[in-house]
Amino acid sequence: MASFLFRTIQSHSFLLCPTTLLRRNNGAFYCSMKSTHTQTATQEKQQPPPKIKSSPQGNQAKTRTLDRISKEYEAIIGIETHVQLSTLTKAFCTCPYNYGAQPNTSVCPICMGLPGALPVVNSKVVEFAVKLGLALNCKLSFNSKFDRKQYFYPDLPKGYQISQFDIPIATGGYLDVDLPVEYGGGHRRFGITRVHMEEDAGKLLHADDGEYSQEITFPIIYALQVDLNRAGVPLLEIVSEPDMRTGLEAAEYAAELQRLVRYLGVSNGNMQEGSLRCDVNVSIRPVGQSKFGTKVEIKNLNSFSSINRAIDFEIARQALLYSQGKADQIVQETRLWEEGSQKTVTMRKKEGLADYRYFPEPDLPEVILNKEYVDSIQSSLPELPEMKRRRYEEMGLSMQDVLFLANDINVARFFDATIEKGADVKLAANWIMGDIAAYMKNEKLTINEIKLSAAELAELIASIKGATISGKIGKEILFELMAKGGTVKGIIIEKDLVQIVDPSEIEKMVDKVLSENPKQLEQYRGGKTKLQGFFAGQVMKISKGKANPGLLNKILLEKLNAKS
Amino acid sequence: MLSTLHHPPRRLSRFFPANNKPRHFHTKPVLSSSQPVTDQSPSSTSPPESQILSIHHSLLSREVTATQLAETYLSRLKLAEPQLKSFIHVSNNVLKEAQSIDDKIKRNENVGPLAGVLVGVKDNICTVDMPSTAGSRVLENYRPPFDATAVKKVKEFDGIVVGKTNLDEFGMGSTTESSSFQVTANPWDISRVPGGSSGGSAAAVSARQCVVSLGSDTGGSVRQPASFCGVVGLKPTYGRVSRYGLIAYASSLDVIGCFGSSVADTGILLSAISGHDRLDATSSKQEVPDFTSQLISASLLESKPLKGLKVGVIRETLENRVDSGVKSTVLGAVSHLEELGCTLSEVSLPSFSLGLPAYYILASSESSSNLSRYDGVRYGNQAAAEDLNALYGDSRAKGFGSEVKMRILMGTYALSAGYYDAYYKRAQQVRTLIQKSFKTALDENDILISPAAPSAAYKIGEKKNDPLAMYSGDIMTVNVNLAGLPALVLPCGFVEGGPVGLPVGLQMIGAAFDEGKLLKVGHIFEQTLQGCRFVPPLIADGIPQ
Repeated sequence: MASFLFRTIQSHSFLLCPTTLLRRNNGAFYCSMKSTHTQTATQEKQQPPPKIKSSPQGNQAKTRTLDRISKEYEAIIGIETHVQLSTLTKAFCTCPYNYGAQPNTSVCPICMGLPGALPVVNSKVVEFAVKLGLALNCKLSFNSKFDRKQYFYPDLPKGYQISQFDIPIATGGYLDVDLPVEYGGGHRRFGITRVHMEEDAGKLLHADDGEYSQEITFPIIYALQVDLNRAGVPLLEIVSEPDMRTGLEAAEYAAELQRLVRYLGVSNGNMQEGSLRCDVNVSIRPVGQSKFGTKVEIKNLNSFSSINRAIDFEIARQALLYSQGKADQIVQETRLWEEGSQKTVTMRKKEGLADYRYFPEPDLPEVILNKEYVDSIQSSLPELPEMKRRRYEEMGLSMQDVLFLANDINVARFFDATIEKGADVKLAANWIMGDIAAYMKNEKLTINEIKLSAAELAELIASIKGATISGKIGKEILFELMAKGGTVKGIIIEKDLVQIVDPSEIEKMVDKVLSENPKQLEQYRGGKTKLQGFFAGQVMKISKGKANPGLLNKILLEKLNAKS
Repeated sequence: MLSTLHHPPRRLSRFFPANNKPRHFHTKPVLSSSQPVTDQSPSSTSPPESQILSIHHSLLSREVTATQLAETYLSRLKLAEPQLKSFIHVSNNVLKEAQSIDDKIKRNENVGPLAGVLVGVKDNICTVDMPSTAGSRVLENYRPPFDATAVKKVKEFDGIVVGKTNLDEFGMGSTTESSSFQVTANPWDISRVPGGSSGGSAAAVSARQCVVSLGSDTGGSVRQPASFCGVVGLKPTYGRVSRYGLIAYASSLDVIGCFGSSVADTGILLSAISGHDRLDATSSKQEVPDFTSQLISASLLESKPLKGLKVGVIRETLENRVDSGVKSTVLGAVSHLEELGCTLSEVSLPSFSLGLPAYYILASSESSSNLSRYDGVRYGNQAAAEDLNALYGDSRAKGFGSEVKMRILMGTYALSAGYYDAYYKRAQQVRTLIQKSFKTALDENDILISPAAPSAAYKIGEKKNDPLAMYSGDIMTVNVNLAGLPALVLPCGFVEGGPVGLPVGLQMIGAAFDEGKLLKVGHIFEQTLQGCRFVPPLIADGIPQ
């Protein structure tokens, strides 16, 4: 147990708060209780991580030129990721956070920064930070602290953000990534500089259209409102070493981080909701040069593929400037990725380094971890994506299968549960990646939403292997199970689908077919042996698909060839 | 907590011997002409009594009603207010709340130990039904949606919040002159300052506008005004009282403290507001004893009641820059302690003089951050502006007074990149040194003593334009905040000045969470101090029309 003051806070009688406190009639900003944003509180379903797409943009000739130029340069890419933690309450107060809730409905004196209100650390935030720190193979700081990062912005109620500065809770780790097979595959290890805890800011909201925005553009401040629902929501900031060299590597790093936080259960990792936000730093240098080039920060990256494409665009842009002798035009700035034009554009130039005047947060005691606490978290860690992939690999699965199965924690869990019930590894993988995945895709369901259980899939696989049912019937049963549920045994009995394995019964059916088709029999015996398929089909038809195919063929062949 | 106070007659018999019945001044208003002036003058020798216990006793014995009491206090408050200006806001609910206590008593229900006690609350402590401005224009008319934990506790013990007392803006100042709204006068001489920043709370108790009051002490803001106004001021150990609802000046130094006209009253009030609070991560889980249980009535005292108590006199506090009058009064108090049986020794705190600069760096740094939230966006006064920087700049330029602006500037400077190590970090190192030297001194001594301030109350305006002179007046008190220790200031004598002389406060510093010992020693000191009566002439003479 971390030994600082862990406690939950009583909810405040915030309803007593006079509305004058929340509304500003005479001025520019106010926290509106009235919604101009109609989104409901229901959270978007957690979708399995999308696969990263390559960038077929631009004409091929141009791409080729850029490729050539790019080969002479090496890109240095680092990523800062903000992960929003899925704690029940905010970092320093007891307000819950629900994405898309009505503006300013999840606020209290503490997260609004009212005079006299004080923060108290939510112990879950520390727990989640330790979890992620351990999962990222970091060294933990047993004595860390919170600091104040100070700047003015209307979405920052206290005028400072509670963050961690010189002693982050975790430092010096790494993240292992397996690159997709279709892009050549390969294993990479990317360094993690640090992980630290901090709080999120609120959001700016345009009064006229209810749209959220990142920036204030003047002179429309009078049309802006502030939504403080997100203020005080806990974040972990993860800073990578500048170890990535391509857009793909960066995107795969981000995807692996998403996988990790979902495996750990510390965040839903949803990029669309802003639960996982990546800011990317890109610089390039001529191959062989050790000095780093000027780095450019890219924001507004809302998907893995936009990370990939934005970086590749930026590398090409910088490489082109280099090759044209205009390297001085690469300046330290923040650029915005524009999805529409597939370009990065200047958002703001850095006007020197911002001075955040960090100092230790005097309202919070130091964060002190002890060994037992860390050990108990370490021992409670689930199997992480990298460990899972290595285990699947050892089970004999191909890398393609491994990556597919381990990509989504729920799919991996389903697979593991199926294996645990004794199912054949390769068969289970094939079923999940084949018919089950296709069904999920068509019906837009997650693996937890289909009616099929892992136990029944194992049963199904066993039934086919044990020849109770044929593969074809197995497939029918599978779809029935996915759509309606039930048990394999139940459906077999209900629909009388048990495979016919009694040779005499099959013999009878074969005899019947042969006697009913004398003409074809004659042709067969005349040398048209292709007709074996016809006879097999007929027998299968009479058996309603239940005849054991091996047995059927054996008996059929014997009979066909017997009298010739 | 406070359980013994539910049986006032038994407790009172220890506080007040049978032959010395408590004087119920509330039933005989001191303003009335029947009150002989001489009885109230400093030459009178009757020791101060616990007004809280006295009120409790007379309420339960039906000698007086809470409503009558409240009316008496309110009328005195209103009479004195035009000259004193102790209050920024006076509650409209005092009589209603008093009535509900009377109803409880009528129904023979239990009432809390603060029942019928009118409590003044410094205006930087949040109250749900009253404005809480921290003395700043930027929070003019601001009404918080919650009570500070200390206020909540006062109310839970049936105390009545009478109003919000004046202070230097955000607690930054030593005179109340930097309040955005008014300057409070010292009841002993209305041409003088009451001290600060809790000047309103000190003046209000001194002039008996309320029974006790809450203040806050960041660098001496309870102790120095207590000294200037001749009342008892208690700065608890950092963490003893929840800061939740205290509008922050410097979070690592701020403490809510108590004012009373007797040591017992401050002890009772401290018992009520102390304790761990889940809403303040820096509040301590240290057990809260009944601070009044060790208070012994004067008649039961032995001839050497403090025999064996080791008292260290801090040498550096009696060196130059201390008024000779103050020095001799404090030395008189030292002899008095000696007579009571204390073993006295001189203690040197070599880092003492470093406390002042370290304090001003740390307090300014933290305040520059704590005051960032007053940006005009969510609450408080907002300037009309065309763009964001102007909105921030104008709202803050118009909202803050000059003292606050100066400290924000100093703090912002001290925390700036490139200066942090030279200022903030170094000041923290000094703070550690000071903590260590106090620890050593308090390992060898039970308590340490010093003057509460280098001078008695000075004239309004005297130091207004000389901030360094004003800051240097905090020399006696800031070290205690840096060390987080408890300290009790109680009047120990007079120096010349004003119509009848000016009170001088003695500061007693104890080990962390040892408020009980300070109160015990302070109580014996107060009960045995001869020839002093700390009731200001404003009351004694009746309020001049």
